[in-house]
Amino acid sequence: MSETKDKPKPKQGRHATGDDRRLNMIEAINDALDVAMGRDENVVVFGEDAGYFGGVFRCTAGLQEKYGKTRAFDTPISECGIIAAAIGMGAYGLRPVPEIQFADYIYPGYDQIISEAARIRYRSAGEYNVPMTVRTPFGGGIFGGQTHSQSPESLFTHASGIKTVIPATPYDAKGLLISCIEDNDPVIFFEPKRIYNGPFDGFFDRPVQNWKSHPDSVVPQGHYSIPLGKARLVTEGDQLTVLTYGTMVHVAKAVLEEKGVEADILDLRTLVPLDIEAVEKSVKKTGRCMIVHEATRTSGFGAELSALVQERCFYHLEAPIARVTGFDTPYPHSLEWAFFPGPVRIGAALDKILKD
Amino acid sequence: MADRPKRNADGKNQPHLTLHVPEPSYRPDADDVDFSAIEIPEAGAQPRPDEACDPEETHGLCTDLIRVLGDDNRAHGPWDPKLDPDTLREMLHHFALVRAFDERMFRGQRQGKTSFYMKCTGEEATSISTAMALQPDDMVFPSYRQQGVLIVRGYPLIEMINQIYSNSGDKLKGRQLPIMYSSREHSFFSISGNLATQTPQAVGWAMASAIKNDTRIAATWVGEGSTAENDFHAACTFASVYQAPVILNVINNQWAISSFSGFAGGEQATFASRAIGYGIAGLRVDGNDPLACYAAEKWAADRARTNAGPTLIEFFTYRAEGHSTSDDPSGYRSAQEREAWPLGDPVVRLKNHLIELGEWDEERQAEMDLKAAEKVKKDTKEGEKNGILGHGMHQPFSTMFEDVFEEEPWHLREQNEQAESERETKYPDGVPH
Ligand SMILES: Cc1ncc(C[n+]2csc(CCOP(=O)(O)OP(=O)(O)O)c2C)c(N)n1
Ligand SMILES: [Mg+2]
Repeated sequence: MSETKDKPKPKQGRHATGDDRRLNMIEAINDALDVAMGRDENVVVFGEDAGYFGGVFRCTAGLQEKYGKTRAFDTPISECGIIAAAIGMGAYGLRPVPEIQFADYIYPGYDQIISEAARIRYRSAGEYNVPMTVRTPFGGGIFGGQTHSQSPESLFTHASGIKTVIPATPYDAKGLLISCIEDNDPVIFFEPKRIYNGPFDGFFDRPVQNWKSHPDSVVPQGHYSIPLGKARLVTEGDQLTVLTYGTMVHVAKAVLEEKGVEADILDLRTLVPLDIEAVEKSVKKTGRCMIVHEATRTSGFGAELSALVQERCFYHLEAPIARVTGFDTPYPHSLEWAFFPGPVRIGAALDKILKD
Repeated sequence: MADRPKRNADGKNQPHLTLHVPEPSYRPDADDVDFSAIEIPEAGAQPRPDEACDPEETHGLCTDLIRVLGDDNRAHGPWDPKLDPDTLREMLHHFALVRAFDERMFRGQRQGKTSFYMKCTGEEATSISTAMALQPDDMVFPSYRQQGVLIVRGYPLIEMINQIYSNSGDKLKGRQLPIMYSSREHSFFSISGNLATQTPQAVGWAMASAIKNDTRIAATWVGEGSTAENDFHAACTFASVYQAPVILNVINNQWAISSFSGFAGGEQATFASRAIGYGIAGLRVDGNDPLACYAAEKWAADRARTNAGPTLIEFFTYRAEGHSTSDDPSGYRSAQEREAWPLGDPVVRLKNHLIELGEWDEERQAEMDLKAAEKVKKDTKEGEKNGILGHGMHQPFSTMFEDVFEEEPWHLREQNEQAESERETKYPDGVPH
């Protein structure tokens, strides 16, 4: 097979310069990968359609051209192979950043993540580790049906030995991803694809927004990192605490604003290890706690949060903890907005928790 | 850790290792697309072993290419299925209908009537001609590009349209992504979005049929890219171990979204030749030759039906259009490839064959194409009466909670009630349809 002569110019990979440049989340992720690869030649990026084409969501665009085919490459359609190869590369000493095209397709690689990546440090008493960051888009709201919409984060938080990180803004996406890549433990980095291009507020029947007007789309050039395990206080208020992450940060914020409720909204950013201090401090201050996630309810991460808050803040609580989640069904295609924990569901829970 | 020692442990200088990353011959800018390196044997030159033969006897065919229709538009050699003109015209009619349907549904997506669509352009023979070689009650486990199987089995277009529009007429209750059909009545298994999962399931169905001393066999289709998944290898192993009455159809259309077949192992060996390692029969077929597709599938069906074992068939074809409505192939491959593809177009080849036989002409073809387009148009209009995606919610909210289990447990009942009260809050005057 002959080499191609002229490759098309990458569509991304080089972004505006200047300190006030604004990026969407895709560009911010691309920038993080670029910075990480530029600083450390052990960082390798690969996945289905992630090499030449730059990923179906374009997050790896331009990286193959810039860093070559042995550092950014396409893979066979085998999520098991992708994760397992990353573990092997990690054992050699590389810092692999595999992409799983959709979180809904991670399950063929699940055994390699749970039985292997998450346990290798432990079972080898620290002889081996897995400095791998698995990037994968997750969540619904794009009419993707049940195989392009799932939020499987709690399947990973439940396994000991893997960190779970979820950004909610372009600024965070870059800083968190760089931290994940630099971390010596396996991390799963869920990218909320509904907000790749704009901060969705949950009102699906209103015009879509882009990141341009959002303050957190200002993404500095070069290297910066946001520590794992630290939540972000999105808004401050005394009426209640809202614990959330990913797309739902924006939805919750919009609903609280519409209702004129003043709350601490905590964007958790890292589910494991959790910023328990921030959670405890806020709930003890407000006395009310609402948890919002898009994932199905039963055994969702909200159940863990609810247990922790109850264990640690029980005597400060003035109302039962509220969980606002997706329903316990597969993600329906046409009734997507009836499934999604949008403004109506959040609003009703809010009315109740403030009244209790 | 990643720092390489200057010398190997034994003190000898040894060559530096290098990583091979496959690269397709042509990328978007290429204007010199030339497929002459692909070996295309003479039609009719391939031997046809007995259906009950030892798997080994087929292994030469795993690197060959079974072809029937020659450049002279005539059928040649032992694989000629000798179909009568009526059957050939029926096949051509299915081709016309699928092509018209694909056109219309693709356009429907572009017009915002649904979220997604996938065409099978250029690959029609791999599902239509093959399905015609099966019995109507043989069980099929398709991937997402086998709309042709449903058409052959007489599944009404209107049902497909309702499913694609996720509307009130959709028998799958608007739950599935467009084209993820299911029809038990047509022995057509529910399509999964997760690649290759259907392959070992087909083997399991075939095992069950054998356990029960039934007469029906199973067939499954999987893309060449998807053969990299573990599921495919589980399918081959189980098929071999239990000699299951199953046909594993691998559709090698050269591309898996932006990745060429080299990323599934196609650079080093043909997909058919995987049969050799598993000790099952294997055939490699010109996937744009409708007669060869029919003949190979029939051979494998007869083999399975007589307890002679499973067959893996590679259909060598070309994905003439983008992967789906979400894909723009100009970002990764040359637009010239489609024209330069050396095996032609299956519809044109079948049409020319019938004309050569004196059983067809261009006027009748034009009339048939027109009728197919009109039929699709009429059914689409009919389907649109049941609603289109994104314009109203066409299913009662309660349908979301049905079929999670056979019976609704308490927590789903509560959530069902919650959804209903949310509906009343959001749409006090009823959900817009
Ligand atoms: C388990 C899994 N991984 C990834 C995907 C995403 N995906 C959908 S189609 C596709 C390419 C499949 O190519 P191929 O098997 O050659 O079939 P074709 O589309 O060519 O018919 C990919 C990677 C998926 N649907 N399921
Ligand atoms: Mg393919």
